[in-house]
Amino acid sequence: MTSGAIDIGALQGSPQRRRRESLILRAFQLAAALSVLISAGIVFSLLGEAIVFLSNVDLSQLFAGGWYPRRGEFGIATIVTGTMVVTLVGMVVAAPLGLAAAVYLSEYAKPRVRRTVKPILEILAGIPSVVIGFFALTWISPEVIQRFFNDASAFNMAAAGLGVGILVTPLVASVAEDALRSVPQALREASVGMGARKRTTTLQIVLPAAVSGIVAAFIIGMSRAIGETMVVAIAAGGTGGSAFTVDPTGPGQTMTAAMTALAVGSDQVRGTDGTFQSLFFVGLLLFFITLTLNILSERFVRRVRQKY
Amino acid sequence: MKAMDAGTLTEPREGLHARPHIEVEVQQQSERQLPSRDVVFSIRDLSVYYGGFKAVRNVSLDIFQNQITALIGPSGCGKTTMIRCLNRMNDLIENARVDGEVLYHGVNLYDKRVDAVEVRRRIGMVFQRPNPFPKSIYDNITFGPKIAGFKGNMDELVEQSLQKAALWDEVKDRLKESAWSLSGGQQQRLCIARCVAVQPDVILMDEPCSALDPIATARVEDLMQDLKSEYSIVIVTHNMQQAARVSEMTAFFTAEVQEDQDRRTGVLVEYDKTEQIFTNPSDERTENYVTGRFG
Repeated sequence: MTSGAIDIGALQGSPQRRRRESLILRAFQLAAALSVLISAGIVFSLLGEAIVFLSNVDLSQLFAGGWYPRRGEFGIATIVTGTMVVTLVGMVVAAPLGLAAAVYLSEYAKPRVRRTVKPILEILAGIPSVVIGFFALTWISPEVIQRFFNDASAFNMAAAGLGVGILVTPLVASVAEDALRSVPQALREASVGMGARKRTTTLQIVLPAAVSGIVAAFIIGMSRAIGETMVVAIAAGGTGGSAFTVDPTGPGQTMTAAMTALAVGSDQVRGTDGTFQSLFFVGLLLFFITLTLNILSERFVRRVRQKY
Repeated sequence: MKAMDAGTLTEPREGLHARPHIEVEVQQQSERQLPSRDVVFSIRDLSVYYGGFKAVRNVSLDIFQNQITALIGPSGCGKTTMIRCLNRMNDLIENARVDGEVLYHGVNLYDKRVDAVEVRRRIGMVFQRPNPFPKSIYDNITFGPKIAGFKGNMDELVEQSLQKAALWDEVKDRLKESAWSLSGGQQQRLCIARCVAVQPDVILMDEPCSALDPIATARVEDLMQDLKSEYSIVIVTHNMQQAARVSEMTAFFTAEVQEDQDRRTGVLVEYDKTEQIFTNPSDERTENYVTGRFG
């Protein structure tokens, strides 16, 4: 083709194809937009009802000594503390266990062992939480908690916390293992080449290098523990409500379990004004807590990525 | 420990394998051409396997003290595998197996009683890509001495090590900064300083300049000349000019097709004074390689 002798039409391509391309683009845009819209819709509905709740309820009731929604006592501190107690117990189990499993899988296990154990771990993460909840109530509570604490009640937050811990451990292990494995092999070789033992290499080189990923694993685990519902609803007791307590051996109420209690059965929802709406308020609170944690963990994970 | 010369190495040791005849040839060769130098490594009929695959076959050679020994050859000829046998870094590789002996001042590194960690404290390594720890420059240097239980003045040791690696002037005001803020060439010299800080006997360098630009390469090469008065250096390099520039001894490896395998096995073709290898090689394959007709 001679140079310069070309007009715009020659480079435009077929109009049909261009139309088809833009149609496909639209379809994908719509799918992406839909998921965003649904999330936004959830937040708005939570927000709307939460505002209704806040305007109807006597605000001093938010600081009542207990969480008894049907009596009009909405002591937020009670369920937030309950959530914290259960999460704390859960993380005391899941953080060391998950990290140890991750270190074993990433640093010590032979490839063949890793190839079998890692998927099993991930299957474990998929055990329905209702099963764990039942297990916590019927086994952990009598066999573990009541054995060590004689005056512990059958429903107690410690048993629920242990259950949550078991539930969260595989998740923590899996994310932490990814973080450890993303530490470049060159760093391990450098350390070993200096005459460092395996233990030294793991503790002083690999773990510090993976620290942000490990923190992210903990945060993700925590956010999962906070959001966990079935285990606490079954094993922690305090179905109808709970007095403020920090004692893990006694029954307590978490935010999620409180919501379940409110939502299950129409007779439970009825009560004083705002009982039903309080569910949305708690939901909104929960949403913001887990959102904050997820953003935090996202930050930490990104820091790992930038480094290598 | 004073190294023995090549002639005394035949003295049998407890628990060692029977010595194959190939060793005799090498010794005769070294007695003929390389008189009375202290031997650091005496490699005896060394073969390395990865699973069922033989990566290096029947290598025997002596490496001398306070000299730079270069291992050259085309890709896949087993140079890196060889050098990683010298401080048991191949232990890290799953299913790697070693046959034969690597006598280090007369002691077989693959003796069951030998602790690889002790080996690596005496025989340091600098890798292909600079791999400083994600710690400060200072902490990179002190890592090795600390784990080895060094009790002396750490600041002094850091300064000395960085001086030896010709890096002190560039970093003395920023020792607390991350080692990853340094340029590639600086990072590699930091890795050399880090290696020197544990006061090793031998420094192994596995293509230390392959990730560096020519100026940084020249600095590392100068550095090697400074270091060889105190250390014995073994370097793997792709770059024949580099081997010719820096080394006293050169071993040429090549990859041979094995009859029963579809993969290729590394063999030692010729080991001699560098000058000899580059000007008057005795094997045709060496000549083809160094004159650029092959590889």
